[in-house]
This record gives sequence, structure tokens and C-alpha cells, in this order.
Amino acid sequence: MGLLKQLSAIVLGHLLASAASAEQIHAAVAANFLAPFKEVVNRFEHISGHRVIVSSGSSGKIFAQIQNGAPFQVFLSADQAKPEALEKAGLAAPGSRFTYATGTLVLWSTRPGFVDEDFTRLKNRDFNKLALANPRLAPYGAAAVEVLENLKLEDATRAKWVQGESIAQTYQFVASGNADLGFVALSQIMNRRHIREGSSSVIPDKLYSPIRQDAVLLKSGKDNSSAKALLNYLRSEEARGIILAHGYKIE
Amino acid sequence: MFSNADLTAIWLTFKLATVVTVLLLIIGTPIAWWLARTRSWLKGPVSAVVALPIVLPPTVLGFYLLIAMGPDGFIGKLTLQLGLGTLAFTFWGLVVGSVFYSLPFVVQPLQNAMKALGERPLEVAATLRAGPWDRFFTVVLPLAKPGFITAAILGFAHTVGEFGVVLMIGGNIPGETRVVSVQIYDYVEAMEYARAHVLAGAMILFSFVVLLGLYGVQRNSIFWGVK
Repeated sequence: MGLLKQLSAIVLGHLLASAASAEQIHAAVAANFLAPFKEVVNRFEHISGHRVIVSSGSSGKIFAQIQNGAPFQVFLSADQAKPEALEKAGLAAPGSRFTYATGTLVLWSTRPGFVDEDFTRLKNRDFNKLALANPRLAPYGAAAVEVLENLKLEDATRAKWVQGESIAQTYQFVASGNADLGFVALSQIMNRRHIREGSSSVIPDKLYSPIRQDAVLLKSGKDNSSAKALLNYLRSEEARGIILAHGYKIE
Repeated sequence: MFSNADLTAIWLTFKLATVVTVLLLIIGTPIAWWLARTRSWLKGPVSAVVALPIVLPPTVLGFYLLIAMGPDGFIGKLTLQLGLGTLAFTFWGLVVGSVFYSLPFVVQPLQNAMKALGERPLEVAATLRAGPWDRFFTVVLPLAKPGFITAAILGFAHTVGEFGVVLMIGGNIPGETRVVSVQIYDYVEAMEYARAHVLAGAMILFSFVVLLGLYGVQRNSIFWGVK
């Protein structure tokens, strides 16, 4: 009997202790940032002892889910518009929004020597298909169209566009060899800090508006100190190191 | 009510479903016939392969089709050798994908209808000196008619409702691969809910009417003595 008492005391003690110190945070993250975010979360969990449950998807879907009461406390969007809209709708904690990363656009092909700095193949229309993310849905797609506009190649190449519903699918189109080349995120073709096989050209900043990705503390996390701690950690030197290594910029 | 882009998508979807249904009836009939009659050990494996699309998530099917249709995939190598280029992001690519995707919905009703006929009508026809082709067209086809109608309706409707496969291999090209389901998805993702409602409402109405027609056919078929 004594043993049972002791045992239940230990179990109860553990439960109480974990409830007091280690909390669970539910974070939703745009699919393009999932890989670096997992690394950030690993470090954060290690340091703080909190647990982070990560859900990922397209920003549009997450946005709709938050509007309909999804239980997220933190949202890392692929753009600025959605966190802003949540703020306006009173679904986010005012003043909590900040830019955690800025995306880098790159023209990429799995074939070595196919893509160069001067976009020769693009200008000569010497390719089968050009993959880009749907500009209506994905910020990287809108940026790709802006680049084509600035190069005066929008109308010339339009007939050869294939649009992915997300930047992840756009990557698939190119990676599977079905499209000769495509506009993808630099973070997608970074593999252990090196650019993957094939050929690529990082698009100069002046050709498109910055793809700023904002994070926001949601209403349900407003009084949650661990959710705030996660967002603070996202701004730390250590987290920035991880973000930069994945091919994002930080302004 | 519908925008021009919607109408283009509706027409494309209709064209795709029609082509796929015709092809599926041509491909599915011999498969169903063989499955309904054979005693071969291959029946199990072949049935399982035909039924795979029912179980597999469309994204799995779409993902492998995308790889298979690529320049290094087995379909891609074949089409390149035939001088057809690669099939991804083309109407005919969608046709190939949809044929795989909707195959069980055509084969299974046909197989059931053919099995329900039994041996007897064919034996009788044979004693009247009807050849195999003659037996097929004058005995099997008329008697299994409800099965063919069910198969055609299901194949057509299932292709109209296809989404995951098209999304994976289509590339969202207006008039070529942007079908109604993809158009709806775009509207929802872009938060143009009003436009999404119009098209999605039309889709629900269409599906309901089709299924209503289908159950009408099935009820009548009991009177014709074929289940």
C-alpha cells in the first residue's frame, strides 16, 4: 500500500511539475519554411523544455483554418498580407507581428549548365516548360511573374508556363524533369548548406519585391508565455543562423 | 454567373470526362470480361491492381504518374521515343492519368454485370451456332446493358470529380489542364469564396443529378432481370 502511495505521489508530482514548467505550443507554419522551422523548434525545445506541435500547409489554408477556430497559438506565414489581415480581424495579438525571414527566388534546372546568370535559355525560349508557383496563391509565384515582367519576358514565355499550386509543387515539376526549369525558393534547393545538383541562378533583388514572411502571435496564444518565448527565440541570433543557412535573407 | 475562365474549365472537364469514358469502355470491357470468366491464379493480382486507385490517395497516384511521365520515367521514355514529347502538363497526360484513376469504377460494374449473366445464355447461343464475337455483341452486350450504363456514368462522374491526380500532373494551364475542381481549389485558396460557391454549387448539383440517374438505372435493371 505504501508503495502504491509513493508511486502515485511520484506520478502526480510529475504531472504537476510538467504542467507548471513545460507547456505545449501549437504552431502553424507555411510549407516553404517547414525545414528551418523544425530545426529552430528542436533547439527551442532543448533550451526551454516546452513542447511545440508543428502543423504545416499553405498559408491560405492555415489562414482559413485560423478564421474558423483552429487551435494555433503561433502562425508563420509565407507573406505579410495574411498575418496583417488576422491582426485587423482581431484574431492576432496586436503588435506581435514581425518579419522572420525574407525569401530568395532562384531559377533552377536539374540539368547542369542549363541556367546561367543572363537567363539565356529563358530569353531564347529554349526550354520545354517553365514552372512557377501560381501567382494568385503563392508569394514566390507573384515574385516570379514580377521578374518575368521586369525582363520583358512575361508574354513571350506565358504559353510555356506550368503553375504549381504551391512552391513545393513547383519544385516537384522541375525536380521530376517534367519542366526544364522553374522559379523556386533558394531554401528548397539548399541541401546541407549546398545547392543541389543541376544549375541555378539566384535572381537579383532588384528584379522583384522582397518576399517578406511574417509571424504573428494569435489570439489564443496572447497570454501564453511559452508561445511568446518561441517567437522571441525565432528572433535570436541562433535562430537567425539557422534561417540564413537555409537560404533565406534577414533584413 | 460563370466567368469565361469558369466556362473554359467546364468545357475542358466535359471533354476530358467524355474522352476518358469512351477509352475506359474500350479498355475496361475486355478486362472485365476476362475477370468475370477466368479461373486463372492471375485473377486476384489483376483485380487488386485494377482496384488500387480506390485505395490509394490520388496524390500518390499523381506523384508516381508525374515521375513516370518525366523524361526518365517509363511512360516518358516511351512517349519520347514515339516522338510525342512528355505527357505531363498536357490534355493527353490528364487522359492517361484519368484512365488509371477511374479504371475500377468502369471495370467493376461491367464485371458484375457479366458475371450475373452466367454461362447459360452463352451456351444456348453457342448451340445456335453463334460465334464468339456474335455472342458478345448480340447476347452479352444487350443483357449487360445496365452494367455498361452504370460503368459509363461512374467513369464519367469520377473523372469530373478528379482532383489530386490532375493537380499533380496538370500544371494548371487554362484550356489544357485547368479543370473545374482545380479552378474551385484556386478560388478557395485565393479567398474568392463567392466565385468558389458558384462553381462548387454547380458541381454538387451535377453530382446529385448524375447519382440520381444512376440509381434510376439500377432500379430499372432489377426489372430487366439483371442485377
